Amino acid sequence: MKATAETLVPGVDPALDVEKIRAQFPILRQTVHGKRLVYLDNANTTQKPRAVIDADRVYYEETNANIHRGTHFLSEKATAEYEGARAKVARFLGARAPKEVVFTRGTTEAINLVAAGFATSILKEGDEILVTGLEHHSNIVPWQLACGRTGAKLVVVPITDSGEVPVEEFAKRLSDRTKIAAVSHVSNALGTVDPVEEFIRLARARNVPVLVDGAQAAPHVPIDVAALGCDFYAVSGHKMYGPTGIGALYGTEAWLEKLPPYQGGGDMISSVTFEKTTYNELPWKFEAGTANIAGGIGFGVAADWLTEVGLPAVAAHEHGLLVRATEALSAIEGLRVVGTAPRKAAVVSFLLGDVHPHDIGTILDGEGIAIRTGQHCAQPVMDRYGIGATARASFGVYNTEEEVDALAAALKKVQEVFA
Amino acid sequence: MNDLRDLYQEVILDHNKSPHNYREMADPSRMALGHNPLCGDRLRLYIRLDGDRIADVAFQGSGCAISKASASLMTDAVKGKTLEEAEALYGKFHDLLTGPPDVKATGAGLGKLAVFSGVREFPARVKCATLAWHTLESALKNAPEVAKTE
Repeated sequence: MKATAETLVPGVDPALDVEKIRAQFPILRQTVHGKRLVYLDNANTTQKPRAVIDADRVYYEETNANIHRGTHFLSEKATAEYEGARAKVARFLGARAPKEVVFTRGTTEAINLVAAGFATSILKEGDEILVTGLEHHSNIVPWQLACGRTGAKLVVVPITDSGEVPVEEFAKRLSDRTKIAAVSHVSNALGTVDPVEEFIRLARARNVPVLVDGAQAAPHVPIDVAALGCDFYAVSGHKMYGPTGIGALYGTEAWLEKLPPYQGGGDMISSVTFEKTTYNELPWKFEAGTANIAGGIGFGVAADWLTEVGLPAVAAHEHGLLVRATEALSAIEGLRVVGTAPRKAAVVSFLLGDVHPHDIGTILDGEGIAIRTGQHCAQPVMDRYGIGATARASFGVYNTEEEVDALAAALKKVQEVFA
Repeated sequence: MNDLRDLYQEVILDHNKSPHNYREMADPSRMALGHNPLCGDRLRLYIRLDGDRIADVAFQGSGCAISKASASLMTDAVKGKTLEEAEALYGKFHDLLTGPPDVKATGAGLGKLAVFSGVREFPARVKCATLAWHTLESALKNAPEVAKTE
């Protein structure tokens, strides 16, 4: 088959020194089952560079204190670092101001925050929520919960055989009842890059707010939420070479003001009496309880690290890997790539003859190669293709062409075992 | 790593390729669905009882080599057994899979099912090998819901 042809950031040469980058990731030096680790499960979670690991350690060794409530030196230092990290993430996403960035546990919590807010104060019976057939469960289930609370309805834009969401199908399903559209920027299961710019343009013309699930886009392409014009954008730190348990919700100031708090507790209030509570200002209105402070700081470091490496260069490097992987894997007899959109992030979901993806995963693991197998938290995508599962290789900034070749060679071994 | 040949033994590969009792049953006295939501494996199990004896058992579905071979070998093993005997066999099989990895499994009393002894070295795959048995249990209890390995 034809290799995926469109680069996501045209005109950029892969000026990325991959060996220099690999040297910053201690975990990549290890061997697994006696083989050099080949980590191709980056859509699941990415490994962490030294800078992020050090930030975590240094925070606990030198800064640890609770934020926003101390008069002492450490508390002020921790607060400054945490809020500094918010500013870094805001800059990374292209937000107008740090107050448009709410720290969450990750993309999932960010979407739940918006969905719960809509259920409380926006959605009524008969309203519609528009999602695409490519969504991760985390951009489906929170909306189903909101529907259950309000009587609103989930409307799904179907995908094509290549794994794309046609703009006209999206347009067709926007209606006067649509209260929000929630779309993935990049599909985790297939790698498809959605035309979110078009979705946002169409939705805005009808005054429909748009939430973009950017978990799979942020580590691969430059993000500029202001230029995109979306109302919400959700990301996870751990998919961006940052820590787990931290993520961010970008929301326009207008929307964040409008939505009710997600959780109640300390830090999210201005004043509390038993008669009446006044909520804190943005973004703290949405951040109840003591935050994942070290995680937030590490997330900021990861965002800066990605910016320093350069997202255009990352995109170009990964596109090279995608083209090579698509060619090498497609050349294997009986291998079928699932998801063949012309615009893809470096994700190759595939089936190999009759061999179940689980068995592929176990045998590749024996070769030191880590991939993901299963439904990828996207059962509707699997159902669309009438398959139970796929094997998925997903590439990151530190992956090399040799690793792509190692994957192809190991897949031939899988075939030998199941010959 | 733990030798893959311990996991993918010839018998397992054979049963994966040509599973026994892989068919629909027209007049089952019991039927159950098994589903592993993590990997998407699905299994439909049919049983015909004669008193408290499993007169016939068959399955259909999709799954990995381990789960398919396990279903195939399980149907061979429990056919003709009483419910009590089948239950006892499941107990032994479960012990085989979940025993400590550093103790070599003997597989005593398990017959052909002993080929799954290698699975205990691969904790992520234990659920694949037990899906058919969970489904059997659900069918015998006549629980209408889908059996899950979770």
